[in-house]
Amino acid sequence: MEASKDLALALYKSMRRIREFELRLQQVYRSGAMPGFIHLYVGEEAVAAGVCAHLTREDYVTSTHRGHGHAVAKGVPMGEVFAEIWGKPRGVNGGRGGSMHIYDPSCGFLGTNGIVGAGIPMASGAAMAALVNATGRVAVSFFGDGAVNNCAFHEGINLAAALRLPAIFVCENNMYATETPFDRVTANTNVASRGAAYGLPGIAVDGNDVLEVYRIAGEAVLRARAGEGPTLIECATYRHLGHFEGDPGTGYRSKEEIADWKRRDPIDRLRYTMFASNISSEQDVNAADSEVDDEIEQAYQWAAASPEADPATVTQFVYA
Amino acid sequence: MSGPAIVETNRKVREIQYVDAGVEALEEEMRRDPAIFYIGQGIGKRGGNFKQTRGLWEQFGDLRVRDMPISELGQVGMGVGAAMAGARPVVDIVFLDMIMEAMGQIVEQAATVHYTSNGKFKVPLVVRAAMGSVRCTGPHHSRCFYSWFAHIPGLKVVLPASASDVKGLMKTAIRDDGPVIFIEHKYFYNKKGPVPTGEYVIPFGQANICRKGKDVTILAMSLMVWHALEAAAKLEQEGISVEVIDPRTIVPFDEETLLASVKKTGRLLIVDEAQQFCGFSAEAAAIVSSKGFDDLDAPIRRLTALCTPHPFNPVLEAAMLPSVESIMTEVRLLVAS
Repeated sequence: MEASKDLALALYKSMRRIREFELRLQQVYRSGAMPGFIHLYVGEEAVAAGVCAHLTREDYVTSTHRGHGHAVAKGVPMGEVFAEIWGKPRGVNGGRGGSMHIYDPSCGFLGTNGIVGAGIPMASGAAMAALVNATGRVAVSFFGDGAVNNCAFHEGINLAAALRLPAIFVCENNMYATETPFDRVTANTNVASRGAAYGLPGIAVDGNDVLEVYRIAGEAVLRARAGEGPTLIECATYRHLGHFEGDPGTGYRSKEEIADWKRRDPIDRLRYTMFASNISSEQDVNAADSEVDDEIEQAYQWAAASPEADPATVTQFVYA
Repeated sequence: MSGPAIVETNRKVREIQYVDAGVEALEEEMRRDPAIFYIGQGIGKRGGNFKQTRGLWEQFGDLRVRDMPISELGQVGMGVGAAMAGARPVVDIVFLDMIMEAMGQIVEQAATVHYTSNGKFKVPLVVRAAMGSVRCTGPHHSRCFYSWFAHIPGLKVVLPASASDVKGLMKTAIRDDGPVIFIEHKYFYNKKGPVPTGEYVIPFGQANICRKGKDVTILAMSLMVWHALEAAAKLEQEGISVEVIDPRTIVPFDEETLLASVKKTGRLLIVDEAQQFCGFSAEAAAIVSSKGFDDLDAPIRRLTALCTPHPFNPVLEAAMLPSVESIMTEVRLLVAS
């Protein structure tokens, strides 16, 4: 796809923001300062960046256990996301959610999620609310290949198709559910082909080509806003790192496979395209890089300066 | 057999079916708030398996009263997402037994989001279902799972036992900003009961003293309230005065009303159509024995379903469930102790 300079730089910054954000998280996590577990998205950034570029602040997103990138791309303030993953009161949810429970109603972010597939019918519901309240909003659900054999996928997508809901279902197929290869537990590994089973378009896209993701997602969002119903998009992608930080990710994946996918890194690819097609100069990209670096540093500093939680707040917000 | 009379009588009252009291509540609320929609299996043009949505589809149309496929997880998941996105969904599971298919969405999402989002997201969702044994429906159409939900932080659990309570509590459930599990009893739906005219709401956490008495307190929920009232009327002829308390909501639970009653009578029988072990009867007994121990003149007794699945055979089913007769026996034993 041909891209303008503004678009290419915006997508580049969005991807790099997610990448650098997570690498900074990884540093803090490895230092032992961060509680719990984190699942990093490194290598898959083109999906969140390419899809979320089409969404307004009011549109809805449901996300996954590997959801920091979706939160950042949807516009949840990075300092608040950082602090949340760190379990700090400055976090967007006061630190009581953590990595897998990041929510922000101010930008339609309906949560990362610890339950695989759970966000799929929730996105159908958010799309239903958009129809009932006539807001014109759309809902996007991100999920992995691990979710597509779960009944939440079947029921959530069938409902959206049957009711022609303004929803977009985005499968980030990174080929492994934790350590289980997708093709070991799935006869039909062509996720996009499942669209036919539910009566909605299913489109496969190179999920490491952000311009292609952007193009396909744009058509799906237009369809949804026009009342033409949902779309299923399968993005072929790969996580460079393990399932969670601490998993080397090599016991079940060959070094060759990992190296091959790293050569197809979505950020490097876009940078190459931008230079090769003279879309933007090295100077522009360097400027974008340093802007992003500043943002990440600010997010980190802001989160690091958070006070500790007050145990007296533990019983707040159980009942609405 | 009939249900509890309404306590408040300063309004005009008419006799309508329990199921229609629910329909009235839904009609009034859906007219008041366009963000409310209702989804479930067979609840559209058909008007519901129990006629529990009779006439709503005609009034509010396909967008707000929408038939669902047999997708319990999907429809509750939709309810959660819609509630987070500014709608006020009512999800009808029809038979409570089928709610098991949707437990992940109820427990991990609906009940938890308000807490983990630090209060930023509210989930104004009503999950409605009908429970209980009626006319030998066997193990997949008879269960009474309310204690399960009471165990989960974040869920409110409503068990209306009269037509007037259905209406007043349904309206409160819809207006509540959190997830509410609203469980009716299938036995009631076609029974008539007094319902005040006009709009009214019944707050959660306010027990109904259905019958006043001085010798024994019976705490009962849903259909067991009806059984307890019938038993109490018969026991009066034996000279035993029974007070019957219906908590109406088990979360929140009105401890004060129960403790005050036990203070007066000194004896407590808990009647529960669900199984005993780790059930609500255990919780209620624990509350009274820890907070009202000095008021007890005899050990608390519990009469519950036996710890078996629901058998289909009518003789076996009757042997499994509390009845008016078994309640009377328990009360006599309690008075004698």
